[in-house]
Amino acid sequence: MTEAVDVVSRPLGAPRASGRPAPSAVVDPGRRGRRGGRRSGGRRSSRRGDWQLYTLVVVPVIWFIVFRYAPMVGNVIAFRRFVPGGSMYGEEWVGLKYVEMFIADPTFWRVFRNTVVIGFSTLLVSFPAPIILALLLNEVRRIWFKKIVQTVSYLPHFLSMVIIAGIIMEVVAVDGPINALITALGGQAVNFIQTASAFVPIYVISDVWQTVGWGTILYLAALTAIDQTLYEAAQIDGANRWQQTWHITLPGIRPTIVTLLILNVGSFLAVGFEKILLIYNPLTYETGDVISTYLYRVGLQSSNFSYAAAIGLFESLIGLIMVMAANLASRKFAKTSLW
Amino acid sequence: MPGQNVKYDSRGYRAFRLLNAAILLGVIFVTLFPFLNVVAKSFSSEAAISAGEVNLIPKGFNVTTYKVVLSDPAFWTGYRNTVVYTTVATLIALVFTTAFAYVLSKRSLRGRNALIGFAVFTMFFNGGLIPNYILITNLGMKNTIWAVVLPNAINVFNLLVMKSFFEGLPHELEEAGELDGLGTYGILLRIVLPLSKAILATMFLFYAVANWNAWFGAFLYFDDKDLFPVTIYLRNMLAGVTTSDSLGGGTADQTQISSNLRSVTMVLTSLPILCVYPFVQKYFVTGVTLGSVKG
Repeated sequence: MTEAVDVVSRPLGAPRASGRPAPSAVVDPGRRGRRGGRRSGGRRSSRRGDWQLYTLVVVPVIWFIVFRYAPMVGNVIAFRRFVPGGSMYGEEWVGLKYVEMFIADPTFWRVFRNTVVIGFSTLLVSFPAPIILALLLNEVRRIWFKKIVQTVSYLPHFLSMVIIAGIIMEVVAVDGPINALITALGGQAVNFIQTASAFVPIYVISDVWQTVGWGTILYLAALTAIDQTLYEAAQIDGANRWQQTWHITLPGIRPTIVTLLILNVGSFLAVGFEKILLIYNPLTYETGDVISTYLYRVGLQSSNFSYAAAIGLFESLIGLIMVMAANLASRKFAKTSLW
Repeated sequence: MPGQNVKYDSRGYRAFRLLNAAILLGVIFVTLFPFLNVVAKSFSSEAAISAGEVNLIPKGFNVTTYKVVLSDPAFWTGYRNTVVYTTVATLIALVFTTAFAYVLSKRSLRGRNALIGFAVFTMFFNGGLIPNYILITNLGMKNTIWAVVLPNAINVFNLLVMKSFFEGLPHELEEAGELDGLGTYGILLRIVLPLSKAILATMFLFYAVANWNAWFGAFLYFDDKDLFPVTIYLRNMLAGVTTSDSLGGGTADQTQISSNLRSVTMVLTSLPILCVYPFVQKYFVTGVTLGSVKG
């Protein structure tokens, strides 16, 4: 299977073919013959150097096995009784006991609902935001102004989640600027960070603030790849700016939109665990507690490892299924897909 | 650029551009405001802050809190730990990622697709928090630097970015090296890496910033406060827990920590990133776009 792909992909390696005449001029005919053979057959001489390449991957492959694949297998503790200090794969099979436990657990359903609400609100608001910002930036003709907006809007992406959480807390604090505005308008100051109904808006708005600028990068790159002659043609046909945007720009970046949408749908349930863990508190559990934070508390604070692992496995499987479903759907309807 | 045609400099479009500039100025303001607010609070008196008087300009200007934090040994321990973790983790990550990405860039390698799939699969499915925690514990890595340095050594996205960079290098140079009698390692070290300074710098930045900002690994695996990175120092302060003896109260002491003190710590923790940020952001942009083209 590998060979077949090689043969197909090789002609695409344009630099190799185009730059070829120069070195071959200094190489003796025998050598050239060997290289020619390699190009058409691709097997004999490439295999000779392969073993050295394989030695380079040994350590990274071991790393993947230990730090990525072993924990996947480690999920079997969701079906086995785990004894702290015992084997990481548990002591005895208990079947679906822990799965049944979380299905019967009202808290689980609360956090499931919160996860869906937060994930969906984020997708609804945070996903289109960079597309809109990229379209607006694309209309800016003064390059320096565009650069400044971009540089500023990327900034939150570079800071530690701990600092982001700290900034959020300061902004919504009782003595913070938002409350200063509310009291200036004659309202009553609200302790947002301890108000359950404020949690989702705080989460979503801060998510837009954090990600919108950085999210524009891929869209701006896609925008520059659009064939400019399409716009000229559209102008001749009398299309106005809005029609040009609707009929040329948006279809032009559709593959990027679809790809990012698939990835976003896939991480739908894996909502910002670190951020929530930093900004929620018992008073906002009602709306802010999500699957991952709940399993953190159940697993690591109360040491119910097997129970928490069952919840975690459920979360990962849903994520995997959603990526595959989104990919399938987009391949069918949008004719673009990740694989 | 679209719209350079004079015909489209209509009144409507000019109005739109004015509105657009206003919106983008609004974006700049909204993005920067929270930072400036924290900076202003860090220089203000606690009385002015709790009266809700501090927005963009410090009130009751003072730098005493800066002096307090900067003379706190626990803060400096955190800073030193962060520097050590970032350096070690970034070096390991660079070596692992480069070696693997170079091999994956060899189109003629047997088993290449299997290796790519092996790495990419981990982007879509992972073991989850609990199995990872048990693994690190069982490997005896708790309260050692390895707990924060090894588990995230290879970032698959970075791996793919680097792989596509290597694929774009002119192949003839490597073949020439081969003819001159260089082995795989010789070609990698003497030909490929010197040509790859741009991507190495980008990867260095990606990993260094990620490691500088990391906190969760340390939060999970460290009990010993002498190991805390500066992010944990700050996190404990946000949670109202001081782990420092000189800031009043011993470990796990629930205290009311002033807005002023928290702001000062936030400014000091993010300072190195803010200083390098204007210089590094263009590399990040290149890296992200490069990854999207082929990845």
